Formats: sequence, structure tokens, C-alpha cells
Amino acid sequence: MISLKKMNQPQDTVYEQFEDLAQQQETYVLGMWSFLVTEVMFFGVMFMSYIVYRWKYQPYFYALHKELDWRIGGINTAILLASSFSVALAVHYHQKKKKMNVLMCLGFTNLCAISFIVIKLLFEYIPKWNHGHYPGPGFSWDNPYVPSHIAQLWFSLYFGTTGLHGLHVLIGVILFSVLMYLIAVDHPSISDYLPTEMLGLYWHFVDIVWIFLYPLYYLMPK
Amino acid sequence: MTTHVATDEKNYLQEGHTLASWLLTKDHKRIAVLYLISVSFFFFVGSIAAMMVRLELTSPRGTLMSNETYNKAFSAHGVVMVFFFLVVAIPAIFGNFLIPMQIGARDLAFPRLNLLSWYFYMAGGIMFLIAMMSGGVDAGWTFYTPMSSIYSNGQITLALVGAFVVGFSSIFTGVNFIATIHKMRAPGMTWWRLPLFVWGHYATSLIVILGTPVVAITLLLVVFERVAKIGIFSPELGGDPVLFQHMFWFYSHPAVYIMVLPGMAVISEIMACFSRNKVFGYHFVALSSLGIAALSFIVWGHHMFVSSQSMYQGIFFSFTSFLVAVPSAIKVFNWSLTMYKGSVWLASPMIYALGFLGLFTVGGMTGLYLASVGTDVHVTGTYFVVAHFHYVMVGGTLLAFLGALHFWWPKFFGRMYPEGVAKWNALLVFIGFNLTFLPQFVVGWLGMPRRYHYYYFAPEFQVYHVMSTLGASALAVSLIVPAFYLTYSLFKGPKSPPNPWAARGLEWEAAASPPIKHNFHGVPVVVGDVYDYDAEAEELALRGMTKEEA
Ligand code: HEM
Ligand SMILES: [Cu+2]
Repeated sequence: MISLKKMNQPQDTVYEQFEDLAQQQETYVLGMWSFLVTEVMFFGVMFMSYIVYRWKYQPYFYALHKELDWRIGGINTAILLASSFSVALAVHYHQKKKKMNVLMCLGFTNLCAISFIVIKLLFEYIPKWNHGHYPGPGFSWDNPYVPSHIAQLWFSLYFGTTGLHGLHVLIGVILFSVLMYLIAVDHPSISDYLPTEMLGLYWHFVDIVWIFLYPLYYLMPK
Repeated sequence: MTTHVATDEKNYLQEGHTLASWLLTKDHKRIAVLYLISVSFFFFVGSIAAMMVRLELTSPRGTLMSNETYNKAFSAHGVVMVFFFLVVAIPAIFGNFLIPMQIGARDLAFPRLNLLSWYFYMAGGIMFLIAMMSGGVDAGWTFYTPMSSIYSNGQITLALVGAFVVGFSSIFTGVNFIATIHKMRAPGMTWWRLPLFVWGHYATSLIVILGTPVVAITLLLVVFERVAKIGIFSPELGGDPVLFQHMFWFYSHPAVYIMVLPGMAVISEIMACFSRNKVFGYHFVALSSLGIAALSFIVWGHHMFVSSQSMYQGIFFSFTSFLVAVPSAIKVFNWSLTMYKGSVWLASPMIYALGFLGLFTVGGMTGLYLASVGTDVHVTGTYFVVAHFHYVMVGGTLLAFLGALHFWWPKFFGRMYPEGVAKWNALLVFIGFNLTFLPQFVVGWLGMPRRYHYYYFAPEFQVYHVMSTLGASALAVSLIVPAFYLTYSLFKGPKSPPNPWAARGLEWEAAASPPIKHNFHGVPVVVGDVYDYDAEAEELALRGMTKEEA
């Protein structure tokens, strides 16, 4: 039933558990996709909670969504879309082995990611915090048309979901910085475009989550 | 047929003897051994808590401990057994060790991730142990809100963070298995030649990556609610506690299949080897694992028949729960038919497998009582439910675990244990188990509620509880005995031949026992079907004949 064939000679760029580079790359990409599946499920819980409560409290949620400025959310959406485009370009250039272009694209992506966080903090989180619009014992609320506990629930959902998303953006910033450094110094672990591609997949996912978050929280219909 | 190995070569256990060579290993086999040690430890902790519960219930008046201590005892038992034993044991020990070997790979796809998963497991475990010792957890393994988020005054936060962390350990393992099974199969190892052990773990991993993140975030939300008073489930915040139950069971029903599918995976291997026969209906058994994985995600509401769920939801979930019994039954029938016209060999792994077959059937059938809305309203929250899930989780998963331990012990360590003792012990497990849990069906049906530390209102229940505690003591003995003889065999047991069971499969036929670091001396090329046992020829050979002569 079984015979043994010779193993391939070890190569520097292929880890010992793999036969060849092609197998290694396919496995990494598949692993990344499986990881993204788990990410979808993570966010799924937040979206599900949103759906349940919006169903229950639609008129209040409509009133509450006016607490957010759709223009700021819109700018952030544009920023993320641009960053997704440039990361796709980075993969393209990496396949063509144009190091400078890769670095420039990744740099632009990273800049976008950082601006996203800065805008979110400066124009959204911090003002809300200053108004006491953070859920918890210190919550202050003076809109008589929306009960305070529902406002708290709404802010819990808002901070929970965008916070989880923001955390992903922050992790993206860290990973992009590390990747850029490794590419810049020609580190041996970056033997091909695969790391860029995997990080790109991650980044597209982060982008897509925002594409859903934005209309759900900022552009609610009556 | 087999290309065996020069015996003077180092096996994986001999590659380094320092502590660092274990704690920093990337070898899937060594990580499996790390898991074996730590999982056994947590199993021991969980068993102590179980004995506390059983001892308390010997008296109707609840004399031994306060109700709060009792709550902490059964919560510790439930959390440790579910999150640190059942979900982890078979995949992380046997799956880890055997999946690469059975598909002809040198290691899992992501060895470092594999090691990281063990560290996450340990970190989560230690957090839970600290929580247990510094105040305990009294909200049950289900952590229902608002009990867990507001009213309980135990160390819920730390326990939940522990459960969250250990969830990541399963996710890492799940991702690793999926990538490995898809991409690392040896030449000729097609999907339809995969051992059913691999199929079972594939289905399990799918459930893990789809379900575990849900419970992880849900538990985290409870932590937020508890600590920062922000939350999604608190009625004070306009939230709905029942939403917690939905999200919890959305994971935790599939999780019961995370616990039992690997057990089923083990049973397929043992049944084939000790019946010397192909697994009957191989394709059906393989696909039924995927069927279970898919259906398991649409039955969670059967845990919530008496919550505020609507009647129509109840009917829907009742119906789907009946459906999920179908693939489980397919497996049971196919294993039984595997023995038909086989040559059954009652070695200790097989005794455990037969025990599994009977007990899992009882557990699954009583699941159908519970899945019938009307009946469930009567017995939910009673010992009937407790007996049901112990039949599937202990009678199923634990017996499969013990079977696997005995079957692959020579593969892991190259030593044989005293088979005579092992056989009698397997029988004792079966008897002790039934003595523990059969009376619980009866007393539950009569109305004994679960999670009560006394039953002075119905002293006539005492006889069932005493039987159950006696059974649990027998069960405890039958679990200590293997701990001794297996440890003994590590040092003094006779060396095992490479394939003591004459089993089929790459892990037995193409590798040494214990295997070398890279498992095989080359890349196995698979040409034949899986489980190519020939019971008839073997029976004839016992009588000194060949098929032609007969
Ligand atoms: C034929 C398949 C099965 C069916 C139809 C089924 C049905 C049910 C139902 C309806 C309940 C809820 C009872 C109640 O709370 O009133 C239940 C509880 C439970 N089942 Fe099953 N079950 C099946 C198989 C399994 C398996 C294979 C396992 C584990 C390996 C399992 C583990 C559990 C656990 C742990 C609980 C109790 C959870 C708790 O409330 O603490 N079941 N089952
Ligand atoms: Cu269930």
C-alpha cells in the first residue's frame, strides 16, 4: 500500500514541514482565509446584537444615530477605501519585485490607517467622552426623547463595535510597520510577495467590516 | 509492504532531553505530549470537584458544605471538564499527534502556532485555577446573565477571561488542522482515502472556527458588563439577557459536537482495526461528520425551550434536533455493521469502543426525549438532563479518549501496558459509569432538580444519589488504575513492536513506534484504499489456511 519517495532537499525559504514553495504558499493563504472566517464570526456577534436591538428600538436608534456625524464617517470610509486600493497595488508591485513601489504603497496604506485612527479619536471618541456619552456609571444624558438606558445600550454597541474594528486597524498599523521594515532591510523571511498578500487580505477584511459599519451606524433610515 | 526504520535512529522523544527542548518544541508529537500531561492534570482537578458534588448529595439535607460552596464545586467541575478537558483532549493530543502522520506529512502546517496554542491553553487554565482558588466561580459552566454579569460575587471576570484565552487555543488548533488537511496530504492521499479520524477532526475544526469566536466575544461582553458596567445583556441598559443565551448556545450546542466528533473519529479507527474490517459505509460515515457539523448550528434553541423563545421557534428547533440525530445514528449503525463478518478482537481499546457504542446510543436517544418540546418542559433543569449529557460526554468522549489512549499508547511511547489489567479496568469503567448515571435518569424523571445542594423535600431520592456516588467512586478507581499502569509502562513496560495491533494506516505502517522527528523517512506515496483489512484471510490464517485452500 505504501512506498516512500525521497524528500525534497531543504531550501532556505521553505519551512521544513513543506515539500516546496508552492505548497507553503497555498497553505499560508488558506490558513489566512480560515483565520478571516473566525474574524467574521467575531464581528458577527456585534452585528447580531445590533440587529436585535435595532429591531426592538428602531425609533430611538434613529434619534441616537444623529449623535454621529456622517461626514466624518464618510471621510474615514474614503480613507479606508484608498488604503485598500494601495495595498492591492503593493501586492501587484511585490509580484513584479519593485521594492521602492511596494514600500511607497505600503507607506501610503499605513498613513491612511493612522489617519483613520486619529480622525476617529479626535473627532469622535474624545468629544463623546467629554460629553459624558460613554456607557457606564458616569453616563450623562439629557435628551428627553430617548431614555437614558437605551442611549447607553446604543453607545455600548457603538463603542464595542467600532472599538473592535479600531483595534484591528491598530494591529494593521503595527503589522504594516513591521512588514515595511523587513522589506526595507531585505530580511530573508520576506523571500516573496506572500507576506504582503496575506497582510493585504487582512486589510481588505478590516475595510469590509467598516463598509458595513458605516451605513449601519451613520446612515440610518427613519 | 512496509519500509521500516533502522532501530538505532533517534525517535522524537530522544531529540533533546532538556526542559527547553520540550517547552520550545515545534514538533507536533511533543506538543501532543505536553497537552497529554496538562490535560490529564485538569481532568484530575475536575474530578475532585465532581467528587465533592457527589459526596454532598449523599445526604438530602446538604450537610457537607454550604450552598455557595456547592455552587462553586459544580461550576468548577463543569468549566474545567468542558473547556479544559472535553473540548481539548482528543483534538489537541491525538489529533495533533496523528493527523500529520495519517496524511503522510512531516508536521502540522503551522508548528509555531501549534505551540502557541498550548501556551494559550496553559494561560487560560492557570487563570481559571487562580479564579477557583481566590474566591471561586458560582455561575455554572453556562455563565448565564445577569447572574454572571451582575449578581454573582465570585471571581467571574478572571474565569471568563480564562475561558476567552483558552478559546483562542482551540481556534489556533482548528485553523492549523484545516490548513494541514487541505494542503499537506501526501501524494495519493485523496480525500476519499483519508482515515475517518481525519474526517472527524476536519468537521470538528470547521465547527471550532465558526463557533468559538462567537462564544469568545460573548464572554468578553459579559466581562465588560461586569467590570465597566457597559454591556449588551443587562436589562438595566435596555439589553436582553436571553440574547446571551442565544449567543452562548449558538456556540455551545455545536461545542457538544466539538467534544464528541473527535471521539467518534477515534471509534472509527478502533472499530476497523479490532474488527479487522473496512469501516462499513465509509463515505457515509465521513459525510455524516460534515452533516453533523452543519446541522449542529441550527439546533441551539433546544436549550431554550423554557426561555422566552416563541412557540414557533421551539417547534423549529425541536425538528432540527431530531434531524441532527440522523447522522449520529448513521455512524452508530455503520460501526455496528463494521463488526459484522469481521473478526472481532476484544483488546482493551475495543472494549472502550464497544462501551462508547452503547453509552453514546443511550445518550443520543435520551437527547431525543429532550428535543421533544413537551417532554422537555417536564424534565428540563432536572437530573435527567445531567444524565443525558454525561452519557454522551463521559460515555462518549471520555471512553473514546481512554480507547485512544490505549490504542495509540505504543505509538506515542513505544511501550506496552499490561493488557490483562487494562481489559478488566475497561469493564470497570463501563460498570462504574452506568452505576453513576443510570440512577440519575430515574431521579431526574421523578423530579430531582439539577444544581440543588439538598433535597430534603424528597428524601426518597437518597437511594438514587447514594447509588450514583458509589458508582462515581468506582469510576474514580477505574481512572486512577490506568494512570498507574500507564505511567509504570513508560519505564518498565515491554518495548512494543512498531505495529502491535497489525493496524492499517500510515501512522502504523510507514513509521516507527515511537516515530522519528519527521515521522517518515521520505514522503509516503499512497496507492491503496484506507482500512484494507482482510478479516477473512486473517481468520483463515489462524487456522493455517489461505483463501485459495479454503
Ligand atoms: C442526538 C443528538 C442530541 C440531541 C437531540 C440532544 C438534545 C439535547 C437537548 C434538547 C438538551 C436540552 C435539555 C434541557 O436543558 O432541557 C440537551 C442538553 C445537553 N446536551 Fe444534548 N443532545 C444530543 C447529543 C448530545 C451530545 C453528543 C452531547 C455532547 C457530547 C450533548 C451534550 C449536552 C449537554 C452538555 C447538555 C446540557 C447543557 C446544560 O444545560 O448544561 N448532547 N441535549
Ligand atoms: Cu444542544
